[in-house]
Amino acid sequence: MTTIKKFFASGTPWIWANAGAVAISIIMTVGLLLLLAVNGLGHFWPKDLMLANYLQPTSDGQSLQREIIGERIDREEVSAERIISSGIPVDAAQLMYERELVKIGNRDLNGSDFTWLLSDFLSDIRFPENLTAFERREWGNFYGYVREVKEAGNSVVVSDPASPADSAAWNELNVRIERALAIHEEIVALERVEIGEVNHALERLRLEQRGLELRDAATAESLEAIAAERAEWDSRYEVLQTRLNELYAEIERDTVVMLAMNGEETEINVSEIVRAYQPNGLHIGSKLVIYAQKLWEFLSDEPREANTEGGIFPAIFGTVTMVLLMSVFVSPFGVIAAVYLREYAKQGFVTRTIRIAVNNLAGVPSIVYGVFGLGFFIYFLGAEVDQAFYPEALPAPTFGTPGLLWASLTLALLTVPVVIVSTEEGLARIPRSLREGSLALGATKFETLWRVVLPMASPAMMTGLILAVARAAGEVAPLMLVGVVKLAPALPVDGNYPYFHLDQKFMHLGFHIYDVGFQSPNVEAARPLVFATALLLVIVIAALNQLAVSIRNRLREKFKALDM
Amino acid sequence: MTESTTEYAQANRSKFKKIDMSKLSSHEQTPSAEDLPSCLRVTDLNLYYGQARALTDINLSIPSQRVTAFIGPSGCGKSSLLRCFNRMNDLVDGCVIKGSITLDGADIYHRSIDVADLRRRVGMVFQKPNPFPKSIYENVAYGLRIQGINKKRILDESVEKSLHAAALWDEVKDRLHDSALGLSGGQQQRLVIARTVAVEPEVLLLDEPASALDPISTLKIEELINELKERYTIIIVTHNMQQAARVSDFTAFMYMGKMIEFDTADNIFTNPAEKQTEDYITGRYG
Repeated sequence: MTTIKKFFASGTPWIWANAGAVAISIIMTVGLLLLLAVNGLGHFWPKDLMLANYLQPTSDGQSLQREIIGERIDREEVSAERIISSGIPVDAAQLMYERELVKIGNRDLNGSDFTWLLSDFLSDIRFPENLTAFERREWGNFYGYVREVKEAGNSVVVSDPASPADSAAWNELNVRIERALAIHEEIVALERVEIGEVNHALERLRLEQRGLELRDAATAESLEAIAAERAEWDSRYEVLQTRLNELYAEIERDTVVMLAMNGEETEINVSEIVRAYQPNGLHIGSKLVIYAQKLWEFLSDEPREANTEGGIFPAIFGTVTMVLLMSVFVSPFGVIAAVYLREYAKQGFVTRTIRIAVNNLAGVPSIVYGVFGLGFFIYFLGAEVDQAFYPEALPAPTFGTPGLLWASLTLALLTVPVVIVSTEEGLARIPRSLREGSLALGATKFETLWRVVLPMASPAMMTGLILAVARAAGEVAPLMLVGVVKLAPALPVDGNYPYFHLDQKFMHLGFHIYDVGFQSPNVEAARPLVFATALLLVIVIAALNQLAVSIRNRLREKFKALDM
Repeated sequence: MTESTTEYAQANRSKFKKIDMSKLSSHEQTPSAEDLPSCLRVTDLNLYYGQARALTDINLSIPSQRVTAFIGPSGCGKSSLLRCFNRMNDLVDGCVIKGSITLDGADIYHRSIDVADLRRRVGMVFQKPNPFPKSIYENVAYGLRIQGINKKRILDESVEKSLHAAALWDEVKDRLHDSALGLSGGQQQRLVIARTVAVEPEVLLLDEPASALDPISTLKIEELINELKERYTIIIVTHNMQQAARVSDFTAFMYMGKMIEFDTADNIFTNPAEKQTEDYITGRYG
């Protein structure tokens, strides 16, 4: 009895309990990251392409035979009962069947990318080295054999799909893909940058003219000047358009004839192909290279095909920009409010009430802030701004519509209580002796605050900002109302004046996860992207936090007088 | 007061550490506070913290360019009185002051007085060293920067002069731009004194400046006080009677918020007029 008492009195059980709690937290965090990584990152690996024979019994007693080419994605056990109810007559005596998910690609031919196959009916599984996978700009992946490369409709090289050693067409195709990719890059640059600039200038001229007309200041001279400038831009546009047409003609030159599964033949335009590889013949090093390329594409490129292919760079950029902009808004606002509450306001009933109200604001559901942002910032403030500063663009709204500025402001409002509370705590912790030391030297209260107290409280402000960033970066619900959209490949920062477009809509990682996960037409293709994007969101938030933490640590080092 | 008495008094003070009281005739002693030009004059001062009265009917005249010490047991009001001279009590909620304090004849509690300016003229050093978390240089330059002086040459000059005055220059001249928090407690306290001296105040208030320091640092601070009184009127609050006897020209004994006795240090420590003073000095209470 006494030993048990002693054991408890010694504190050992509590130490165990505490260590256990910490261990569980760590395991959960690591487990979460691992789950995201395993599910998300495997997606980019170039899997081997299977060629198999599938012989499946049908309900009329016959059996259906077909050839299967595809990537094996997943497998699971299902009860015979379920399979029978789906119309495939299997032996009910065998309780469980294994079935596997195969990505057969070729959506233009098959109608869907994925199919479930019962493993028992798969036979003759091989991995021929000349099976080729294409990633295309449209219609998803294509799997098949390269049969013939054509230039302007005329055959260039022909290969025999039956003999893996015959790689003449494959080699020729690679050369032509490279050429097409180079042209594609040029087209994108032309459309995005140069034609973008022309469009921007034309729009500016249109607004200028409309503005003059609205103000009744349109003189014949000014109109003429505008018309002259417009003519100049128009002629530039003509040149660019001609060049663009040439490039399009160039890129459409080559085609490749492919032999898909079940002997289907189809002709694919080389300009459609983003990447081509023959995974079965690749060794691990080359696969790693392709993996790295695909991962980089995911990080640095724009989304394709309803966000289920390509990259998510605009979403990363949008998230980071919005969070940084929010920090710019929330820090001064929160700090000033906290300084007033703590240093200047008379500590009485009103101040106490305000403080309670601020604390409660932190608990208001974020969607409510979204609704507020929509009602106040966009419908009221934005509309007023448009009336006052952008009347020439009306009825098309400039700021009277969801956009980056309003989203950042809404999130700043959402997170300002956190900054206020932690700044107030920081201010309260500054030793009285330091304030008195400054005052005793003839400094006013404001000078004392500005030169001694605020610098010393800056680590606490950073703590508030860290919490604010953590909350804001993960927020999705209010953003859907105030500026985030499914697809906005144009970044809010570009080369056109004023370079930073606060009125633009933007993409966000959190919303991207929601969109890909729920709104995607291609569920199986989207699933790994959900995990990969979630992992990326965690990494982005961690990076932003780490940035703030390192700034805070430097400030702490600088002002470590708090222990006096 | 004649020229000769002043000179005599100064000569007398310069060897104050070893005054053999028995050899001094009464007329050779330090002239009384009333005879010297006064710098701060306190008239009928009462101080309340809310309902509690902390100081009662204080009347006092602090002589210029002398060291005046306030002694007394804890809670007797000596720090409260000291903090009246630069209006530090303004920061305390519910503190009410009645009566008047004049600095060079002007009431420091008058509405027209700029408190920041007053505090520049009446500098204060606190019990615990409180250097700012800045470099040594910036600590000393702080008061000047507040006044809008940003010329490097003036600042350099003033920093060096002030650190010399605080007997700290030789120890820190090679690391002026290191953090002040890296200094020892005694050095920090001398830095605070240098910082206070840099704005060239008229009066220095020292609130138990050595109570958080080790004996060697304490000795240095006392030597420093001895040097500084050539130029400043110094008022020091101390718990340590030996210290008061060593550094002060005049000593005030306070008890329960009242000024019991105020006289030359010699008289207070050798021949106190009041029984309470004698009891305290001889260690019967306190």
